Amino acid sequence: MSVGTLTATPSRLAAPRQLGIAGLVLAIVAWVITLPPALVRSPAPSIVVAVVAIAAGSAALAGRQRRLGYGAIALALLAVAGAVADTRAGVGHLKVVFTWSVLVAAMLRYATPLLFAALGGIISERSGVINIGLEGMMLIGAFFGIWGADVLHSWVLGCLVAIASGGLLALVHAIFSIHLRADQVVSGTAVNFLALGITGYFFIAHYGPNGTPSRVSQVPNVKLPLIQHVGFFGGAIGNTNLLTWIALLLVPGLSLFLFRTRWGLRLRAVGEKPRAADTVGLPVLRTRYVAVVASGMLAALGGAYLSVAFVGSFNQDMTEGRGFIALAAVIFGKWRPAGALAATLLFGFSSALADRLPTFSQTAATLFQALPYLLTLIAVAGIIGRSRAPASVGIPYVKE
Amino acid sequence: MNTVEDGTQGDVLAGEEVAHGATPSTHARLTAYVRRGGVIVPILTAIIAFVVGGLVVLVTGHNPFSTYRAIFNGTGLNWLFPWVGGAARKTAAFDLQQTLIATTPLILVGLAVAFAFRAGLFNIGGQGQYTVGGIVAVWIGSSFAGMPAVPHIALAVVGAGAAGAAWAGIAGALKATVGANEVISTIMLNWIAIWGGVYLFGLGGPLQDPHQPSVPVSSTVKASAKLPVFWGNAQLQGLHIGLFIALAGVVLFWILLNRTRLGYEVRAVGLNPDAASYAGISPARNYFRVMAICGMFAGVAAAMDILGWKFNLFTNDIQASQVGFLGIAVALLGRNTAVGTIAAALLFGALQTGTSDRFLDPSVFDPNLASNLTLMIQGLIVLLVSTDVIALRVLRSGRGVAVALGRRGKRQEPRA
Repeated sequence: MSVGTLTATPSRLAAPRQLGIAGLVLAIVAWVITLPPALVRSPAPSIVVAVVAIAAGSAALAGRQRRLGYGAIALALLAVAGAVADTRAGVGHLKVVFTWSVLVAAMLRYATPLLFAALGGIISERSGVINIGLEGMMLIGAFFGIWGADVLHSWVLGCLVAIASGGLLALVHAIFSIHLRADQVVSGTAVNFLALGITGYFFIAHYGPNGTPSRVSQVPNVKLPLIQHVGFFGGAIGNTNLLTWIALLLVPGLSLFLFRTRWGLRLRAVGEKPRAADTVGLPVLRTRYVAVVASGMLAALGGAYLSVAFVGSFNQDMTEGRGFIALAAVIFGKWRPAGALAATLLFGFSSALADRLPTFSQTAATLFQALPYLLTLIAVAGIIGRSRAPASVGIPYVKE
Repeated sequence: MNTVEDGTQGDVLAGEEVAHGATPSTHARLTAYVRRGGVIVPILTAIIAFVVGGLVVLVTGHNPFSTYRAIFNGTGLNWLFPWVGGAARKTAAFDLQQTLIATTPLILVGLAVAFAFRAGLFNIGGQGQYTVGGIVAVWIGSSFAGMPAVPHIALAVVGAGAAGAAWAGIAGALKATVGANEVISTIMLNWIAIWGGVYLFGLGGPLQDPHQPSVPVSSTVKASAKLPVFWGNAQLQGLHIGLFIALAGVVLFWILLNRTRLGYEVRAVGLNPDAASYAGISPARNYFRVMAICGMFAGVAAAMDILGWKFNLFTNDIQASQVGFLGIAVALLGRNTAVGTIAAALLFGALQTGTSDRFLDPSVFDPNLASNLTLMIQGLIVLLVSTDVIALRVLRSGRGVAVALGRRGKRQEPRA
């Protein structure tokens, strides 16, 4: 506590919380100044800034802000490592990898499917039902989305078909885990297997070896007329997919719903204390049914984004574990929509970076793919603040 | 997730009979499930899954009977029929060897999941433990040239088991120390292991085969580390001795669980962690030990595949493998028992072989379709096993019929 005595009364001089946040920001600055456009070619300034960040972090620690304090110190150390690596790398390489507008656009593209599924996961888990089946629900949405868009010649109908298919698969999960009181993790695992089998089977049976046709109706991009050609913003968000905007708008929407409306309060009550919710007359089982089906619909829309908007085709197991990254985002974001947004943007950024890193090194790019899982593992381990699940998640409810 | 949070902890031991909002632990439910249905329910579950799968085949315009017959013939299980002779018998023998090769790792990953279930833990991380075990097995197996066969194999198997144990031990330690949910941590560890493997063997990766620099694959296992083949031709991928190692694993599983202090503690913690800790058994310590043992099984499973028939590890194989996830299906269908695991692993191993494009007659049914049919059947089995209600209901209505028939029979008896 020596630092605490130095700053006398930290709570009055500078709130430890603010100090911690300042430390985090400084740590990021320490790294970013070695990147385009600043491109400082010596690690010295970064180290100076990082030391200040560590000092701020320590001060925050002394003020009992453990999470922010350790976070700032860890980030500052990472920033020094990053800065040293940057200054050793060629300027040309750095400019290729860190084209910020392109990186942000790619981050949004990667984050969109994760965000849809993560928001779905939040709804389901807030109501008390674990949804390991997000992966399967995304996959089934990906296949039936493109199937619908192909057969019905319309991406709108394709997305609706995807939503319906995800809702149906989620209904299976709901019936088994709510009504039949199956273990929710087992039931979710089954849903993943089923989705893999169903999509693979119908994909082969319907499209055969040629795959989905090349010209399928796709979700259009939104071209923002005012900023489309304005430097950074034009490149980053001037030409973004419609579903990305919908996903981003869903975040405040779901936040308001969960924390500011009666229905959201009821949903959370059912997930935290179902017995109490039941006592005051809330329909616990019905609420959980609705929540699980809604989560399947959202996850499926995320899957449909992959096939109908992003790639324009389907291949077997095309979600490749994105449902599990979404699950990670739910936990990393502490079961809050804003948190999930932050997590999916972070994970999306790491994917975007991994995409562009091969100009540097293929192997480093691969390791970036593991980052979301590693961060989430650290998060559940409680090192950077404990994630607390809804109290009754995973426990089937039996009416008295 | 298996703990009861709302103040009715005393009822946990009552298992299925708990009528309040509190729900028994996974283990309590599973034991209740084993008690009631016996061996009939899992068999019935599998049959229902096959019937539904057959309906899918029928709806998509194929003949389910000829499809299933072709799949069955592809498994080589017709070798067991004495009337199959001549060339057909030779083919069947080869097919059966492949089925048993596929069964071997499934037994072990099944044990990896089942052992955790018995302690009230859900090891969804069999895939990651299997991957880590495979990485270590292929690394040891392809290094140490000139080592004699027995110590080389032993080193590779032990190394793979230790790696799996360490990997799963992370989840166990996190659960024991900070209470991190093992479902989440093992899922994350799965993907970290998979990407780690892709990194190691990918182009430019540290363990990528230097002899073929353009292929993302590990080095090939040396002849001294290959498991001996005891049935069939070693050149044509005959059956390796890994099957016996897997069966030894089953025996070990049974002894550990039923004849050791560790097993007693594990089962006690699985039944009720609170009661166990009151009796002086530390749940935390057991969480770690159980996960490590689970990981050991999964790691050895991978060693059997690597040293038995794969001999190297492609990165896309790491990404596409489902063996560890299948362990969940094997454990559940086998009801977390030693013998049940063997039977369930044989079923899934046979399905895998029977529907692969090497063994299924493509003129009857497209193997690409069939392998997806397998996934669907696996999903259905897991789904149906997740709740005993459906199979029990079918069973009960069946019994009802039987009872009614029996009564009629009895009534008729006096007349006769």
